Amino acid sequence: MTAAPVQLAEAGGGPSDAGAPVRSRRRTGKGRRRSSRMAYLLLTPGLLWLALFFVVPMLFLLSQSLQTGSVEQGYRLTFRLATYTDALSTFSPQFIRSFVYAFLATLLALLIGYPLAYAIAIKAGRWKSLLLVMVIAPFFTSFLIRTLAWQTILATDGPVTGFFRVTHLLSITSGLGWTNGDQLLSSPLAVVAGLTYNFLPFMTLPLFASLDRLDPRLLEASGDLYASPAETFRRVTLPISMPGVVAGTLLTFIPAAGDYINSKLLGNPNTTMIGQVIDGQFLRVLDYPTAAALSFTLMVTIVVIVAIYVRRAGTEELL
Amino acid sequence: MSATTAPRVGTAPVRPPSTGQGPRRRSPWRVLRENLIWVVAAGAFVFMLVPNVIVIIFSFNRPNGRFNYTWTRFSFDAWLHPCAAPGMCDSLGLSLKIGLLATAASTALGTMAAFALARHRFRGRSSTNLLVFMPMATPEVVMGSSLLTLFIGLGLPLGQTTILIAHIMFCVSFVIVTVKARIASLDPRLEQAAADLYANETQAFLRITLPLVAPGIAAGALLAFSLSFDDYIITNFNASSSSITFPMYVWGAASKGTPVQINVIGTAMFLIALTAVGLGQFVAGRRRRFQW
Amino acid sequence: MTATSKAPAATGAPPSAAPAGAGDLVLSALSKRFGAFVAVDELDLVIPQGSFFALLGPSGCGKTTTLRMVAGLEDPTTGSISIGDEDITARKAYQRPVNTVFQSYALFPHMTVRDNVAFGLQRRRQKEVRRQVDEVLELTELTTLAGRKPAQLSGGQQQRVALARAVVNRPAVLLLDEPLGALDLKLRRQMQVELKRIQNEVGITFVHVTHDQEEAMTMADTIAVMNAGRVEQLGSPADLYENPATTFAANFLGQSNLIAATIAGRDGDRVRLDLPAGSVTAPAGRVPPDARSVWMGVRPEKIRLGPAGDARAGTNVMAGARVIDVSFIGVSTQYLVRTPWDQELMVFEQNQGVSRLHRPGDLVDLLWAAEHTFALDAAQDASAGVIIDPDAVAEPAGAGSGSASGPARSDPAKSGSGSGSSGPVRAAAGAQK
Repeated sequence: MTAAPVQLAEAGGGPSDAGAPVRSRRRTGKGRRRSSRMAYLLLTPGLLWLALFFVVPMLFLLSQSLQTGSVEQGYRLTFRLATYTDALSTFSPQFIRSFVYAFLATLLALLIGYPLAYAIAIKAGRWKSLLLVMVIAPFFTSFLIRTLAWQTILATDGPVTGFFRVTHLLSITSGLGWTNGDQLLSSPLAVVAGLTYNFLPFMTLPLFASLDRLDPRLLEASGDLYASPAETFRRVTLPISMPGVVAGTLLTFIPAAGDYINSKLLGNPNTTMIGQVIDGQFLRVLDYPTAAALSFTLMVTIVVIVAIYVRRAGTEELL
Repeated sequence: MSATTAPRVGTAPVRPPSTGQGPRRRSPWRVLRENLIWVVAAGAFVFMLVPNVIVIIFSFNRPNGRFNYTWTRFSFDAWLHPCAAPGMCDSLGLSLKIGLLATAASTALGTMAAFALARHRFRGRSSTNLLVFMPMATPEVVMGSSLLTLFIGLGLPLGQTTILIAHIMFCVSFVIVTVKARIASLDPRLEQAAADLYANETQAFLRITLPLVAPGIAAGALLAFSLSFDDYIITNFNASSSSITFPMYVWGAASKGTPVQINVIGTAMFLIALTAVGLGQFVAGRRRRFQW
Repeated sequence: MTATSKAPAATGAPPSAAPAGAGDLVLSALSKRFGAFVAVDELDLVIPQGSFFALLGPSGCGKTTTLRMVAGLEDPTTGSISIGDEDITARKAYQRPVNTVFQSYALFPHMTVRDNVAFGLQRRRQKEVRRQVDEVLELTELTTLAGRKPAQLSGGQQQRVALARAVVNRPAVLLLDEPLGALDLKLRRQMQVELKRIQNEVGITFVHVTHDQEEAMTMADTIAVMNAGRVEQLGSPADLYENPATTFAANFLGQSNLIAATIAGRDGDRVRLDLPAGSVTAPAGRVPPDARSVWMGVRPEKIRLGPAGDARAGTNVMAGARVIDVSFIGVSTQYLVRTPWDQELMVFEQNQGVSRLHRPGDLVDLLWAAEHTFALDAAQDASAGVIIDPDAVAEPAGAGSGSASGPARSDPAKSGSGSGSSGPVRAAAGAQK
């Protein structure tokens, strides 16, 4: 009685064998050469664009930072490294502030985004897609307009500031230097809140993607093997969602460090971030070498931070 | 031989009602603790969506001064005269134009590259991946300023062209990543099955692969459009005073005075996108039900 | 009818049915409802400590839900679960001395084999984790793979890790949820033997959920056949096979030929049954005591094809059947024959090289020993439990049981031609192909 099913199983193997000639054809020398020629053909336009308008500009930026001169009289490449030291000594507060704010915003976004992504991916059931749309929905309005709306929400005579005042939270935050006197707006707190707000979806979506792939049976298996819910989270859920955590924190930290819209619209002159300085040096002060030096330093700093972070998080396959 | 064979079944001792029976009673504290995650999620949604609500409400405001920050009184004025704010509709037109052109170009370039990266093995593949990844991992201010040094260095006048070049550049990576993910999720045996059923390579691509990848391409295109339409920082570095995009207009308005029409545009965009997503979900849902 | 209720519970109390032992798993009036759907219906079961127990049934019969309630992954609607004297109904999964081998293994992808196996011991802060893990890896022949991650293992290796990860905890009860479902036929056989060996070695109670009757028969000491949330019948594999109590059990374990019959008379330990044409006798113990109309049943491999003249005393004869299909399988030959009243029956003949091969169209007589005849209450659906799951078609060469590959209702037009006073005549043994 075995024979029939076995034959059936072997016959079932047939169709996949039919694919073999296709695969083996690709492996022959001629086929591979044609395949890779095709690949280069498809890649060239896109990569050329990226090379011309991403890589080459970086070289121009580096070169600009090493030049001296002025807009009127032109620039010469003099390899003046003092531009870097001068720029950094002048603008180190803004530089450090940028990274501190970006770090705080990333941390806050992770603390808010992880439970949110977890709820949507694992608990939401049939509401999953609706809730996902709600995460993306803010993007449907221009982010500048939305950031301006925070000026209304945090207005000094508004309900949010009122709540902070009544509960004396405001006097605590002002005591800590997070806010200034009687208002929430135009303060470091408002800038960090704005950064958190603007990049929260960038944190939530990769977290959702990694948690959504998590097999719920792994959580059951962990419980079955005597792990309490807290241990299950620490030993199973969190390690498996680590790629999402890494992607989310990078997608939040990198743009937040270079952002200056929040610090301009929600902050005060004492919350200036490095992006704002670069923008001003390039477009108003017209000190191109200083601006280029700051910009290049920002780039290098971020690449170094990202490289260290990715290595320590042990998810190099992220790329 | 006994016909009924039931060893052991009959021996289950009758036990007193167990404590585990029926729905257990829960204290409010426990209910809150078990639903804590939803409390946090609800808070997050409020945080994320309140600004959108404010934008919508304030599109019906008629402020006293130049700034639309405090509620004064209800009015349809801005909705009836959306272009009354000087220069705004021109900037909107420019943003739409650049958005569409950048989307078309970056989608074409990105889709081609995505196919190459997903389906072909070739030398330099990992460095290519790195090159694709870098623009997404670079702060906008760096990309904007480096492009500015390029355009200054080449003596290229700033304007619509330079904006378009920049937008295509930062959109391409996102299109590649989106489309590549979709291609990677396809079963390569589908193409082999097509080949087995006498489709040549072109036919297999056009009839099998492309229709299946199309949702990924559409998603990439949508992403590209929204990135381009919404970009301020890079655009600001590569625009001239005669090429003001909508985000640049809003930025300027933030210091000079915010016309209510800005909120009208924001609200309209929100509603249009929401409707499109809703329709898309509806159609996808119906399709799933009837086709599969 | 009686068989689908808890009737068996009221009857036979075999010698082994002592009061619940120290480590027996006891389910009392256990029910689970999902909305209006009753997945498990007032289940009473005692699973003796150290036994290899199988819950066998088609998908949706409630066997997996039962398993999940024991594991603590599902809350029962009513009823209780205890191990020995300890009621564990209200305990969380991680507080129960129960471990599960999950259907798709659910191995932690970010941990090595060793870390997966050590997981449960570490959670319970056990001592000598390393030694215990080493022992179990040895037992499951995974020692050389200890450093690998699950993605680097084959299906059979993953299966063994899942088993090792559960067994290492020495639970009071080990639950196996379709543990071999993802493996191919050959590997499945191998793992069946392996599982049985490991169970013998560790002596833990194994509760094995499966829809594959061959798998259940090969491994389990006791099988509970489940259908629609209830236990239809319970017993040893041989007992269940030889003495099915319901049509469902008769069809789900192996195949049966069921023919509508009326009881013509009782004579001591013999009962005479009238078929649509002719009559047969059956042992009185295998006929429901006060039934009038019944399904007369006989297993296909119990039937011999031959001239009626060969019949000895005590042999049932059904003359004038026509062979309509012959499948030569090597170890045996499967015949599909049509009775004079147009019902299709299955006959399996061992290939002993004595009888000649019949051909389609041949007229044959069916002979079988009277004691191989059984009767089931006619109020049941004769096609209940006929296996249509293609997965379950895989059959052992020697088991002598076959399963039909399709639902086996012959069409009503055919049944009309029978003498049909005792209900529709339906073939339960499905047509081949």
